[in-house]
Amino acid sequence: MTAAFRISGAGRLSQARTASFSFDDKSYTGIEGDTLASALLANGVHLVGRSFKYHRPRGFLSAGAEEPNALVQIVRDDARKTPNVRATVQELYDGLTANSQNCWPSLAFDIGAVNDLASPMFSAGFYYKTFMWPKSAWKNLYEPKIRAAAGLGVSPEKPDPDHYAARYAHCEVLVLGGGAAGIAAALAAAETGVRVILADEQAEFGGSLRFESGARIDGQGGFAWAQGAVAKLKAMDNVRVLSRTTAFGYYAQNFVGLVERVSDHLKSPGRELARERLWQVRANRVVIATGAIERHMVFANNDRPGVMLASAARTYLNHYGVAVGRNVGVYTANDSAYAAAIDLKKAGVNIAAVVDLRDNPAGPVIDEARALGIEINFGRAVISAGGKLRVSSMTVQPKNGGGERTVPVDAILMSAGWTPSVHLFSQSRGKVAFNDETKRFVPGTYAQDCVSVGGCNGTDGLDATVDEAYAAGAKAAKEAGGKAGKSAKPKVDAGESCSRGMLGAAPGAGPGTTVKAFVDFQNDVTAKDIRQAVHEGMRSIEHVKRFTTNGMATDQGKTSNMHGLAIAAEELGKPIPQVGLTTFRAPYTPVTFGSIVGHARGALFDPTRRTATHGWAASQGAVFEDVGHWKRAWYFPKAGEDMHAAVNRECVAVRKVGGLFDASTLGKIEVVGPDAAKFMELLYTNPWEKLETGRCRYGIMLREDGFIYDDGVVGRLAPDRFHVTTTTGGAPRVMNHMEDYLQTEFPHLNVWLTSITEQWAVIAVQGPKSRDIIAPLVEGIDMSDEAMPHMSVREGKICGVPTRLFRMSFTGERGFEVNVPADYGEAVWEALWAEGQKHGAVAYGTETMHVLRAEKGYIIVGQDTDGTVTPNDAGLDWAVGKKKTDFVGIRGLTRSDLVAKGRKQLVGLKTKDPKVVLEEGAQIVADPKQPIPMKMIGHVTSSYWSENCGRSIALALVAGGRDRMGQTLYVPMPNGTIEVEVTGMVFVDEKGERLNG
Amino acid sequence: MLLIRCPYCEEERPELEFRNAGEAHIARPTNIAAESDDDFEKFFFIRANPKGVIYERWRHIHGCARFFNAVRDTVTDKFIMTYKAGEPKPAKLPGAAK
Ligand SMILES: [Zn+2]
Repeated sequence: MTAAFRISGAGRLSQARTASFSFDDKSYTGIEGDTLASALLANGVHLVGRSFKYHRPRGFLSAGAEEPNALVQIVRDDARKTPNVRATVQELYDGLTANSQNCWPSLAFDIGAVNDLASPMFSAGFYYKTFMWPKSAWKNLYEPKIRAAAGLGVSPEKPDPDHYAARYAHCEVLVLGGGAAGIAAALAAAETGVRVILADEQAEFGGSLRFESGARIDGQGGFAWAQGAVAKLKAMDNVRVLSRTTAFGYYAQNFVGLVERVSDHLKSPGRELARERLWQVRANRVVIATGAIERHMVFANNDRPGVMLASAARTYLNHYGVAVGRNVGVYTANDSAYAAAIDLKKAGVNIAAVVDLRDNPAGPVIDEARALGIEINFGRAVISAGGKLRVSSMTVQPKNGGGERTVPVDAILMSAGWTPSVHLFSQSRGKVAFNDETKRFVPGTYAQDCVSVGGCNGTDGLDATVDEAYAAGAKAAKEAGGKAGKSAKPKVDAGESCSRGMLGAAPGAGPGTTVKAFVDFQNDVTAKDIRQAVHEGMRSIEHVKRFTTNGMATDQGKTSNMHGLAIAAEELGKPIPQVGLTTFRAPYTPVTFGSIVGHARGALFDPTRRTATHGWAASQGAVFEDVGHWKRAWYFPKAGEDMHAAVNRECVAVRKVGGLFDASTLGKIEVVGPDAAKFMELLYTNPWEKLETGRCRYGIMLREDGFIYDDGVVGRLAPDRFHVTTTTGGAPRVMNHMEDYLQTEFPHLNVWLTSITEQWAVIAVQGPKSRDIIAPLVEGIDMSDEAMPHMSVREGKICGVPTRLFRMSFTGERGFEVNVPADYGEAVWEALWAEGQKHGAVAYGTETMHVLRAEKGYIIVGQDTDGTVTPNDAGLDWAVGKKKTDFVGIRGLTRSDLVAKGRKQLVGLKTKDPKVVLEEGAQIVADPKQPIPMKMIGHVTSSYWSENCGRSIALALVAGGRDRMGQTLYVPMPNGTIEVEVTGMVFVDEKGERLNG
Repeated sequence: MLLIRCPYCEEERPELEFRNAGEAHIARPTNIAAESDDDFEKFFFIRANPKGVIYERWRHIHGCARFFNAVRDTVTDKFIMTYKAGEPKPAKLPGAAK
């Protein structure tokens, strides 16, 4: 059955190919090729939404991307509920399900519409004025209520199951917009042989040729010519044609972001198709051919469903074969609405009257309309639209006042003129210029290698547009290296006449009036709101915009900006250019998060780094923690053990017998070259020249300001070769820091730096039995205390593979770190594990490592230090070479604040109740009875239960900490104050005897 | 995304391969330990942060890994030129008013 408002013989869709769909649970039939908007209109449905603030009934304003009103929710399933879809661009597919938004309980009866009656409360700036006080109410009351009431659709409850593709592309000429101008430019560029990309947001190319029935090019109708030309372009190897593709952002150096909607128009997209594809195109030259957008007339109740742009009504008729009403009024300030009246009249729709604000316009379209018997009223205004859920009449009055007349209508077509779409040009940082004669902002000064052609350049008329675009396409291609083309440019046989329009409020909505004449439909901003903003002191258009929210909705003011600007300018008594145009920002139309994120989500969001023993640890039931990108074994629970029990067992076993720990994530850098020692002297506080080959030293690296930047054990493998270790998290920045100084401050030093973090797996074997565990597997290294004392390094073999064997300890026990090439890491680990098992050694994770090092007062940079801690603060003054004359940070260390008394110093803390474990980060005070806010004198940096000590232990940064030994301090917590005693930082084996134990 | 010319690789590469490294032409004093408080303050803490032409250091960290210098306009974000580390501040900028 043909829908009631489908006109047979009109439009380009095949009536035979029907598609059923539902809107608010009611079923309808449309035709393939329809948009949701055209299909609803074919069924006589105009009411599709409620407005944001006043919940006023709304219909379709446009037939394209500029639509501010007809936002719906498209539902495929629980996980695919897309809110805020413009019904005017959503292509229909069989089975499409759409719902209205922002209304409750129903679209026709919306309780929120009480806001419309209470509108004086909701006038400009109401958010700023109403919801200020009390402060707490914002979080608890206002924001949740506003969010609930102002719902622009609802989010799906499930993760997005679709996938999104991404492509990078390069071309010589990128043409944005596929109307007559874009196609002409692409034709000219393409035949020079250069790479051309032509993109258009619509499913079909043609732009305004979709509705311009008067256009004829190369002997054909305009739209047919466009299809032929695009087919020709598609067949060329050097041309890529992208339909359903919106250029949303124009960035530096001709870098343009586009989103291609790949499958949102399909009934069953299937898993193999991406939903959308993000194109990131770098173009040598860009041709902007984005056309112009028709403006509405600003008069009372101009938002009633059925009141729409004249060009939209033409598009629905000429492309989709749909009449937007049966008895249509036209309200215009320019010529183009006449063409709509003529087309509709010829299709059998009654034109109730044309109301033209101009006094005595003349031209061929006016003559033609008159010849068709259409009533034309010059010098008159529509001062109000009647009806509520659908327009029912228009009230006409002479524009300077006088007798009113009410004309019954079921639709009103408006045209106040056309606004060049300078969005992308403006995003490219080009400066627009105001043409005082045509009252338009057009591209002025260019900032990038691009050119605007056609409607977006303020060029009127099809002939001039094609001329300009073809020449610009050829020129862009030539500048980008193309050869001269041979084909003739398209010949325009006929175009449509055009004229200027008007800006600002129409009669009846001018100064002094309080009617609801909408400027911005989506944000419910009226002409009165703009004037009020000026009265309340807003002078710049940027302020007016923010105060009224004009142009700040998801349509970004495509239809409203110029009207708002003109009204503000009139009220300010200034010319428009002095008030200024607001800045256009990306995206041109809303872009999904999915298309921006692409594949970078879930497992692909961030790289995961695993050490050589990861698989072994996983098989042993290790629990892992994330440390930067690394997965590190956290602890190894046995059956029935929780973390606490596992860590206690691991801690005791390491000190009693021994343990194996994967330390591979530590950063490792090889510093090599004749000047390696000199370089180390400059980068670390310690002296290095005299460190013997085969010995190790704990090094501290500072920034130039004197604060600790990193630390680690460094082994000297040869006079010209140091094996440097860094913290796990610090590896990349330490490497960068070293490279920076080597390349730019000390380039005279002959040194090479190589990151070897991933080349060496590191197995720490710690505990009294550590030597016994390792020795049987080692060849060529004398591991006796005499030959290999604490803090030494030897090269040899373990399990038959090369090793750099460090004797060092981060536990305070006799300890070794076995470095082997990473590929052998797992095998060597398993061999060491087998040996360890003979002695009862354990595998331990990062938590035990942390506890053991804290028991010894060994700091972790980044945990016990925070970028404001000096070596002295951390009790590490001994590591600063006192005789050195230079190293990075030497001058910073002598800054007055860094040597002042009372600095925070690292100390140990013991809770008075040994069972209480402090919270890391907890603040410390000297007097718990002082009034709030208390004076905080420090904070806890590390805190653990120590099974070895049988009590809790903690490290803390405390003001003047080392002078407070034995003092009682307090840690105020929500559940009461905890008493602590200041102690030294070493809780186990103060004399360090166990290093050789 | 900006394109930046690496003076070592001698080609334009996407911004993602680079990392900014702060203002250029601030030499570390040779006898830094003897610097006065004022001089150290100027060296370490004070930066020009101009609106307009800035001389700054960049590193081609995901390329050749070299540090180099660049002249950039902070208003337009345009790179005016790049040159190797250690080369003097250019006396004349390309495209500058004669
Ligand atoms: Zn490079």
